[in-house]
Parts: sequence; structure tokens; C-alpha cells
Amino acid sequence: MAVLNNIQALTHALDLAMEKHQNVIVYGEDAGYEGGVFRATVGLQQKYGEERCFDAPIAEATLVGTAVGMAINGLKPVVEIQFEGFSYPIIQQLFTHVARMRNRSRGRFSCPMVIRMPMGGGIRALEHHSEAMEAMFAHNPGLKVVIPSTPFDTKGLLLAAVESPDPVLFLEPTKIYRAFKQDIPDEYYTLPIGEGYKVQEGTDVTIVTYGAQVGDCEKAIEQLKGEGKNVSVDLIDLRTIQPWDREMVIESVKKTGRLIVVHEAVRSFSVAAEVIATVNEKCFEYLKAPCARVTGYDIIVPFDRGEHFHQPSVQKIVVKIKEVLDYQF
Amino acid sequence: MYFDKFDALKNEKLQIMDNTGKILKPELMPKISDEDVLAAYKLMCLSRRQDDFQNKVQRQGRMLSFLSSTGQEATEVAYAMQIIKGKDWFSPAYRNNAAWLTAGIPMRNIMLYWCGNEMGAKTPEGVNVLPVNIPIATQYSHATGLAFAEKYNKTGGVVLTTTGDGGSSEGEFYEAMNFAKLHEVPAIFIVENNQFAISTPRKKATKAINFAVKGIAVGMRNILVDGNDFFAVYGAVQEAIALARKGEGPSLIECETYRIGAHSSADDPKVYRDEENHQEQIKNDPLIRLKAYLIAKKKWSEQEQTKLDAEQDQFIKDEFAWVEANNNVDLKDIFAYTYQEMPDFLAEQYEEAKAFFEAYPSKGGHH
Ligand SMILES: Cc1ncc(C[n+]2csc(CCOP(=O)(O)OP(=O)(O)O)c2C)c(N)n1
Repeated sequence: MAVLNNIQALTHALDLAMEKHQNVIVYGEDAGYEGGVFRATVGLQQKYGEERCFDAPIAEATLVGTAVGMAINGLKPVVEIQFEGFSYPIIQQLFTHVARMRNRSRGRFSCPMVIRMPMGGGIRALEHHSEAMEAMFAHNPGLKVVIPSTPFDTKGLLLAAVESPDPVLFLEPTKIYRAFKQDIPDEYYTLPIGEGYKVQEGTDVTIVTYGAQVGDCEKAIEQLKGEGKNVSVDLIDLRTIQPWDREMVIESVKKTGRLIVVHEAVRSFSVAAEVIATVNEKCFEYLKAPCARVTGYDIIVPFDRGEHFHQPSVQKIVVKIKEVLDYQF
Repeated sequence: MYFDKFDALKNEKLQIMDNTGKILKPELMPKISDEDVLAAYKLMCLSRRQDDFQNKVQRQGRMLSFLSSTGQEATEVAYAMQIIKGKDWFSPAYRNNAAWLTAGIPMRNIMLYWCGNEMGAKTPEGVNVLPVNIPIATQYSHATGLAFAEKYNKTGGVVLTTTGDGGSSEGEFYEAMNFAKLHEVPAIFIVENNQFAISTPRKKATKAINFAVKGIAVGMRNILVDGNDFFAVYGAVQEAIALARKGEGPSLIECETYRIGAHSSADDPKVYRDEENHQEQIKNDPLIRLKAYLIAKKKWSEQEQTKLDAEQDQFIKDEFAWVEANNNVDLKDIFAYTYQEMPDFLAEQYEEAKAFFEAYPSKGGHH
């Protein structure tokens, strides 16, 4: 066992992946010599050589476009995009080729690759460094979207992403890169893409969340306890956004009759919208209150000085839980 | 006069003044008055001192990461001072402090921006400078479009834009220049080659002999200049602007300079930069060169320098004091500019947020 934070777990997982799978190639802007702006790939070039881990020119479209060719031709590219806010040049390759190569070629070719990028806000960053655009990626069929919330999950899900026969977007909440550590096993292990994780069991309300907001939800539940309200929450960390664990959520809502979805991405056309729509379709008759969501607003992510208004805070979650519990038809 | 003489394919570089401030090639000196040279030098000093000050307050947690121009002031001031205010345009990157000051962006705006406040990005009326551009090389396309409009409307303005050496790898770098050349628009494309893209050295960005030759594929006039030589940059830009105004289309100018500081405050250049080379490079510090030139010409003295330093430090302190006293963002501000008219669904979200923050006032920020 080693005690690692999310970034260290990432490095460790990449190391294991490169050791086990000779076809894994790791590259991105500054990802080689220095190990990337967050040091996720630190030491890999020194250990595996420049052919397997290298600095790429600043050209995101080409980073992913070359990955298409590599993947078709037997390699497993693991590409780092410096921030999710700089992923827009890759959209052309991602949506027109990566996502549809298998379908287009009727299974003859496919693009198994991992595209890693830091995501989300709350880090006092400049413009374009705090976006949460997972819904945009999840909206496009053919891609898998993973957002881990703990070092244990980061390692297991990254290794699963490397093994995935389909392309995976691996979005890493920047805010929790170094926020806490966890004991994680030394050996190679994978966690299934598409399975959620039950952070805690409860009977009054289901909260569905992922990424940096898992911790906020836990704090909200603690705060309610502190206020003398012992609410029994079924807290689900989705871990993967596409595919997402429909069964776990439906089963939970059938038990609690109440649902709140929490994420920092903007509200309209979001993961929350999708989860709530699915619950309406699958178990509407179990609901004791309208499904609710705590999300960012439908605005451009504010700069640092205004960001606190936009982020789903612990207090916003607390208030929403009370609202949902107090709801009377 | 410069573009014809220097062949980038042979790696010929325009240099007029050496690093002791001596004019090596008097016949190549551009037309510029002593007053303008002195004004340029003062702007270079101001930007340098602002960078130093910001480094200090950033470490105190009073500013976000910012991108400093330290080492690149000669390039930035030399091109930006030739932009005619209210007529020409500047489409900047994110590392353009000296150019912004020169082009008329108030220092307090720049500081406000790096303190995480959108109001800092609001350019004053009459200053045709686009906001800070964080995504790399996208500003080249904007410049092409601005210049297309100048030509179309026959308004006579020219457009300057700039990117880093790393930025020349983005597709839009070529795409924009190709478009610009096809339409012979009045744009000047500058590469501020400061030797690094974060930690990636220039030699890992391209196998091309230099960045100026990247204009050749699109048929664009191009030149390599010593970016720490104020007169070389000034001259090349002067000629490019004159040609553009005459309807003779765009130019690409590589200014070879050096990033003396870190990429940003989140970065430690000691990890990837060669110390010996660093010591060599800083001997070419553009401030030292131009100061030596001015002193030799009896246009400047150490006493005047001491006085200027004190004045500039006071000005910088006052600007930052204003920023810290005015760095508030109202809830309304983050909703107000998403659309010209706030749609009903957003107005509803605003009301919801307002009610929430009235009930649970936020201290704000992560401080
Ligand atoms: C499209 C895009 N990709 C990545 C980044 C992250 N990034 C910020 S600065 C930088 C290096 C840029 O180097 P260069 O173009 O040489 O300019 P310099 O910073 O040296 O002035 C990178 C990759 C970005 N801002 N935009």
C-alpha cells in the first residue's frame, strides 16, 4: 500500500500502464521532460525514454489527430491536454473521427485512446482554466467520459481507460489533485467504467454527484448533522459520466423517493438534466418530491473574483437538501 | 529596406545595435526621434518594474498567476508604439504587458485582469486593443479578420498581432497567415520567440531554421530580427506597416528574444533551463542595451534613472492600491453580459442566486 494523492495516483497508474502495455505512448504539451504542468507524467520520460513519453508541439488538434492514426495502427496513445478549456481545437478530431471511426468503418478500425485533461474550477485560475464541459463530451456518442474523485478511483479507472477498446476522455478535477491522500494498493487493478460508487447508504434522499463535488456533498451532510438534522443520504459518486450507472441511481431513487444531482457544470443540457430525465422515465411513480439540481448557472465561468457565486457550495447543497425534504405535494 | 536585405532561409538576422548599446549599422537606423526613443525606454522600464512588483504581490496571494514581459520589452514597445491609437488595431496574446501599456491599456486594467476581475478586460473607448487572449494563436485569425475589414472598409488602419514561438505550432497560425496573404490584408504577424513554451525549449517546437521562414509556405514577406535590439524591431515593424498601408499586404516578423523570468508564477524555470545559457542570454537584456545607448548619447543619466525608478514605483503602487480598493464583483455582474438581453430562464437563475446570497452572504473568493 502507498499513501498517494490524486496526481501521484495518476503518475503511478501511468507508470504501471507503460510497464505492462508496451504500446502505451504518453505525450502532450510539456508532458515529457518536466512531466506536465501538474507533473502527472513526471519521471516517465526518464524511465521509458523519449519515444514513449514526450513533449508535443502546441497543437491540440494534431495531438488527438495523431492519436487517431496511432490507435488505428496498434498503439495506445495517452494524450494530455493541458486544461479542459484548451480542448476546443480537438473537437474536430474528437467528434468527426475519434468517436465515429468504429461505426464508420463498420468495426474494421477503432480509436482506443485516453485523452486526459484537468477540469473544473475553484483553483483561483485564469480564464479558460476552470471549465467543466463534460456534458459536451458525453453528448457525443462513441466516447466514454470518466471523472474520478479519489486516488483509488483515479488509479483503477485510468488503468481501465487504458484497457478500454473505445476512446476515453479522462477528466481530472484540478481542485482535488492534491487535496487529500489515500491508501492505495501497489498492484495493477482496474475499476469498471460505467459503475458508480456508493459513498454512503441512506434512505431519505439520493444525491448523485461526481468529481470535486463528492467532497462538498459529504461536507453538506456533516453540516446538516451539526445543525441537528440527521438526514439519511444515499450518496452516489457516478465516477463515469458516459456510460453512467443508471441501475444504481434508479434503485436508490426507488428507495428514497427523492433525488438531487450536484455538479459545477452549467445547468442547461447537463448531466443533471440527463439523470433527472432518466429517473422521470424509469421511476417517476416513486418520487415524493420533484427532482432537484445544484449546478453552476448558465453563464460564462466567471473569473476568480466572481467564481464563488457560480460554484456549487456546501451551503447551496445543504439548502437544497432541506428544500427537497420539506417538499409537500 | 530590411525585408529585401535579410534572408531568413539563410538565418540572416537584422541587428542594428549591439548588446553594449553601440550602433553597429548606422545606415540601417530607422527614422525615429530621440524623444520617442526616450519615451520607449521609459515604457520598457515601467513594464519591467510592474512585472517585479506583480511578482511580489502574487507571492503574497494578492494576485493570480500572470505572464510577464520581462526580457521582451524592446520587442513589445517597439511594435506597440507604432500603432496609431484609435485607427490601428492590436490583437494580443497573454504575455504582452509592455505592449499593452504602450498601446494605451491602463495599468490598473491589466492588474485587475490578473486579479481575476472581468472589468480589467474592458478596453477603454478609443483604444483598439482586443482583450487578453489565453488560447494560443487564435489571435492571429482575429488579426486577419480585423485587417480584412480595414481593407474592405477602406479605413486605412493596420493590424498588429503576436504569438510565442510555441504558438507557431498551432494550425491557426498558418491558417490565418494563409488567409491574410491570399487577401493581401494589412496585417503584421509577430512571433515573440522567447526560447520557451512553458518548459519546452524552442528546438522541441520546430526543426525549421527559425520562425520567420514559416511565412514562406504561404508566400508571405518575412524577416528575422534581434528582438532585444529596440532599433531592429522598430525598423522592421516600421517598414511592414508602411507596406501594409500602401496595400502591399501582410508581413511576418520573428523577434528573437529571451524570457528572463518564469513562464508564469506557477513555474520554476530552473528545472528546465540551462544556467550557463541563461547567464549568456541575460547579457542581452534590452533595457541595459537601450539605456547604454541613451547614456552614450547624453540623453539619459543615472540621476534621471533614479528619479524615474522612484516615480514609476509610486505610480505602480498607486495603481495597485486602486485595484485592491475596486476589486469587487457583484452577483449581477456575472450574469449581465452573457447575452445582450438576459433571457427569462437566466433572469430566473439570477433571482434564485440573489435570494440565496441574501440569505447566505458569501465572503467571496477563496481567500
Ligand atoms: C490552445 C492552448 N493550448 C494550451 C495552452 C496552455 N499554454 C499556456 S502558455 C503555453 C506555452 C506557450 O508558449 P509560447 O507560444 O512560446 O508563448 P510564451 O508563453 O513563451 O510567450 C501553453 C501550452 C493554451 N493557453 N492554449
